[in-house]
Amino acid sequence: MTASPLIEVEDLRIDLQDRSGKVAAVEDVSFRINSGETFGLVGESGCGKSITALALIGLLRHPLSIGAGVIRFDGQEIQKLAAAEQRALRGNRIAMIFQEPMTALNPVSPVGRQIAEMFVLHKGKSWREANRLAVEALADVRVPAPERRVKDYPHQLSGGMRQRVMIAIALACGPDLLIADEPTTALDVTVQAEIIELMRNLCAERGTAILMISHDLGLVANFCRRVAVMYAGRIVEERSSADIFRACSHPYTKGLVDSLPRLGSRAALGRTRLQEIKGVVPAIANFPGGCRFNPRCAKATDVCRTTAPETTWLDAGGLVRCHHHA
Amino acid sequence: MKLGTSLIIGGALFALAIFVGLFAPWLAHTDPVMDANLMYAEEPPGWKWWFGTDAQGRDIYSRVVYGARISLTVGIVSQLVNSVIGVTLGLSAGYWGGWWDDLVNGLTNLMLAIPSLIFALAIMAVLGPGLTSLVIALGLTNWSFTCRIARASALSLKSQGYVQAARVLGYGDLRIMVTQLLPNMIGPIIVIGTLGMGGAVLAEASLSFLGLGIRPPFPSWGSMLSEARDQITTAPWLSVFPGLAIFLTVLGLNLLGDGLRDIIDPQSRSRRT
Repeated sequence: MTASPLIEVEDLRIDLQDRSGKVAAVEDVSFRINSGETFGLVGESGCGKSITALALIGLLRHPLSIGAGVIRFDGQEIQKLAAAEQRALRGNRIAMIFQEPMTALNPVSPVGRQIAEMFVLHKGKSWREANRLAVEALADVRVPAPERRVKDYPHQLSGGMRQRVMIAIALACGPDLLIADEPTTALDVTVQAEIIELMRNLCAERGTAILMISHDLGLVANFCRRVAVMYAGRIVEERSSADIFRACSHPYTKGLVDSLPRLGSRAALGRTRLQEIKGVVPAIANFPGGCRFNPRCAKATDVCRTTAPETTWLDAGGLVRCHHHA
Repeated sequence: MKLGTSLIIGGALFALAIFVGLFAPWLAHTDPVMDANLMYAEEPPGWKWWFGTDAQGRDIYSRVVYGARISLTVGIVSQLVNSVIGVTLGLSAGYWGGWWDDLVNGLTNLMLAIPSLIFALAIMAVLGPGLTSLVIALGLTNWSFTCRIARASALSLKSQGYVQAARVLGYGDLRIMVTQLLPNMIGPIIVIGTLGMGGAVLAEASLSFLGLGIRPPFPSWGSMLSEARDQITTAPWLSVFPGLAIFLTVLGLNLLGDGLRDIIDPQSRSRRT
């Protein structure tokens, strides 16, 4: 592991302001991503993964705010930068692609113009130069006949093509970090595989680090070198992707792994029901005391209901947060 | 009426008015102000005088043709001023929200509560008659509806994925408003602008009729009507032709606005198919 991480999050807490006061939607979140590394953040809907990403790019808006902790990008603390400096980072050194390629493109603007605008905005290019670079950027994401496609409007493109355009926009300025928030959820499985492959290749070529946010553990473990699992605003376990299936020790991660359908499992394990995790994610306003997973955990004991577990650092790298991890 | 018909008729009427205004010096038979000749006073319409003549013997046709210039200038320029004010205030209020939104909202409600013609009258009374003060008076008093629409559009557009995406990609507020919000709300704004232009032509006529707009002897359709009102029984052509000009121009603008709305509004577009 190299000495200076590209982005470093330490003890991040994100507060949600509501009528009754502040509640911590995200708490004690720490992770670091090195240059060129792929890092996955997995969790159920509402566990705080997307707002963690928003915090990284300094875009939390009321009622959300950073309550505590430090986010360092390339040695600079994001929170201490002026608004204009933050804006200069966004899209330029930290880029992001979204779940919905259908809505993330401006419907009244040709896609080439939307790509070119990134060069004009962040690199100070002339429009003529930017339009030429936009054609190259489209060619880089394997869009056929890019010189014709730049004139197309988003509604003329398929979902996969639109996500390619989004990737072209995000990678236009050669960012150091690409945040991919559920980039393939809205796509067909075959298109999903193509898009993932494209992202992997382009980012490997350019040395771009990726923070992949998803609820799909299989996808993330396949794509990323390290995976962190989030539950109810806390990271409960972080491991290398190779270990997450074999050696996971938090009951929640185990539950996730067990709930993945597996080919050939009937022959190997006999006719078994697919496992589930009982219960639902608690709402932010009434997180349980102690370990937040305790109401759904089979191993829960009294200590789990009263005391939040400390972080245990693992020898192989990574962490676990459970009183009963084995 | 079949969709598209109103667009064609309205567009043709408006284009005709613009054409007449632009080429007035070539279309007019006489100078609208100077060529008075009492020998031909109050001639009825005929081969020599298409629209007849007025009490000073001036050709009504030439005066109506030149009047198009003033009516259209006032209509177009003042509505442009209205649209720019309305969009600027409404867009920024909807996008930024907060105290600025409250302020703009209060101002809009104030403008909606005062009848705009009365407000324009008051401004004219301060500035005095004339073309510039007409444009100022009408340009400052009719932006509230545009402002409402722009604000409502900005409110609904700002939560769209592409506006969020633009923010994530490092766009500044101004750039988001100009490149993301404005192009997506321009349709209804143009429709309102076209309808408002008709309103401004009418308002110019009303103010000139009341003697606060264009002063005689210069011809505007409203001031011609004003001069003609005493002779409406003895020489009806004095009021009929300027009135007809106002009627056709405003009708054309309203039809054009309706036609544009049918094209731009996606709901009516899907109704058609």
